[in-house]
Amino acid sequence: MRDSFYYFFRKTYNKIMLLLIFLLSLLATLPFFYIAYFVFQKGFSAINWDFFTKIPSGPGIAGGGLANGILGSAVMVGMACLAGLPWGVFLGVFLSEYRFHPLSKLLRFVVDLSVSTPSIVIGIFIYSLLVSFFGFSAYAGAMALMLILIPIIGKSAEEILKMVPNHIREAGLALGLPRWKVILQILIPGTVAMLFSGVILSIARIAGETAPLLFTSLGNQFFSKSLNEPTASLPVQIYEFSKSGFPDLEAMAWGGAFLLISFVFFINFSTRLLIFIRKPSYKNEF
Amino acid sequence: MSFKKGKMKQKTLIEVKALSAWFKKSQALSNINLLIEKNKVTAIIGPSGCGKSTFIRCLNRLHEEVEGAYLKGEVILEGKNIYDLGSDPVLIRRNIGMVFQKPNPFPGMSIYDNVAIGLKLSGIKKRSLLDERVERSLRNAALWKEVKDHLSRSGQSLSGGQQQRLCIARALAVNPSVMLMDEPTSALEPISTAWIEELIQKLKNQVTVVFVTHNMQQAARVSDRIAFFLNGELVEFNKTSWFFTKPKHSKSEDYITGRF
Ligand SMILES: Nc1ncnc2c1ncn2[C@@H]1O[C@H](COP(=O)(O)OP(=O)(O)OP(=O)(O)O)[C@@H](O)[C@H]1O
Ligand SMILES: [Mg+2]
Repeated sequence: MRDSFYYFFRKTYNKIMLLLIFLLSLLATLPFFYIAYFVFQKGFSAINWDFFTKIPSGPGIAGGGLANGILGSAVMVGMACLAGLPWGVFLGVFLSEYRFHPLSKLLRFVVDLSVSTPSIVIGIFIYSLLVSFFGFSAYAGAMALMLILIPIIGKSAEEILKMVPNHIREAGLALGLPRWKVILQILIPGTVAMLFSGVILSIARIAGETAPLLFTSLGNQFFSKSLNEPTASLPVQIYEFSKSGFPDLEAMAWGGAFLLISFVFFINFSTRLLIFIRKPSYKNEF
Repeated sequence: MSFKKGKMKQKTLIEVKALSAWFKKSQALSNINLLIEKNKVTAIIGPSGCGKSTFIRCLNRLHEEVEGAYLKGEVILEGKNIYDLGSDPVLIRRNIGMVFQKPNPFPGMSIYDNVAIGLKLSGIKKRSLLDERVERSLRNAALWKEVKDHLSRSGQSLSGGQQQRLCIARALAVNPSVMLMDEPTSALEPISTAWIEELIQKLKNQVTVVFVTHNMQQAARVSDRIAFFLNGELVEFNKTSWFFTKPKHSKSEDYITGRF
């Protein structure tokens, strides 16, 4: 009788705690839903065909869009990604596969440090390294974004490769493959879907960076004629228009924010889906 | 046992001489001397932690891949010490297949590619030759019938027992003369275990098998020779039938009768 009472008590207690945890988790995600709703409500109405095809018109003039910012962001993020991706993956490979190498400790320290470096510091760094000599440009912006990207990709690649159990590597070595072939032909192809997801998640991460671009690509009211010119970008346009004080520009900024959030949401959602479909199973792990 | 004494001198494939192995400062094997005969099945037995895995990993130079691991002594395979200065571990391993405790097909790789990868990466590109070798290896591993219609499916989609046979096929594909197996059935259920045991018996015509097991009955059923390890030392090396009927060492007897 006593036992069954305790059992009942424990079960109820368990249920209450579970409910509490659920409610608290919900509470923690609430701000996000609120932000998403808020941005949607304010920004969605600004989205139309002109938004994607026209450059901003002056304050008080109807119409116009953020085409130059969208293009500038795409170009700079694209360049940063093309240049940073191989570096990042190599970095991840080194951190994971040569983790006993004496250099590895130092490198891991540097990477941890640079992941947590405020992005504005990276902006200032590129400013003094490049911009102060060659002026504001898309190249400088892409460089700053790349510096943010490399350690993020490196970290995610490291974590993903570390998930591969060691006996898989040993099976490759035992087949008479040199270690670099085991990495290139077995580990990387075997985890490519997850590595790829890591890369696009980090793209989503840099797409919204504003501070480093303020110091490097600056901004441009028009389309840039070359990569050597100051270049508009979505986050910087959002930043500038939202503090402009003109209602029509502010509406445009909300539209940009909505676009950016949708992009990030879309990327996160589709990579989750990709991981869900392609995740290798190590079902024999116990 | 159809071993006829004195009929002919058994051919030695591997000669292990004064082999000692360490992990950092702790010694895992001390002064192992052992002859492994060609086309015989040698079982390595002994209590957990006695150095069985370490021993077979010394036979294909996998021991040295562990951080801080090193060894002393000689392992002479087909007349050549695999630890000779300047001998390439990568080339040596091509001649020695290995199967692990956990079935480990390569992730994201098809059944076909799992078997073909060793050949492909050692430079064989001709499709017809690859096809032929893949089929032969899968037949030898008694898996062909089950997978021949979906060779492009992922190796990880197979059951545990099938995966282990796939790993055997993968190791066989490069035509090794030795096959090392570290508790190849300890993660499998009884039926798959019986399959693999039968396979080992069949394989010994083409390849010399050295396998580790915790299961005394399995060692008795499958092996021709038994090496009994204890605390990093080789206590007894004997013909299987003699080992179980009249062990040379009292410790072997204790182990057989379960007094450990
Ligand atoms: N990676 C390692 N680093 C350090 N010590 C190790 C490592 N692997 C094994 N050892 C030690 O070496 C000794 C022999 O280990 P080994 O794995 O060869 O034992 P085993 O006979 O295969 O045991 P089991 O039957 O449990 O697999 C043990 O004392 C073990 O703790
Ligand atoms: Mg072991």
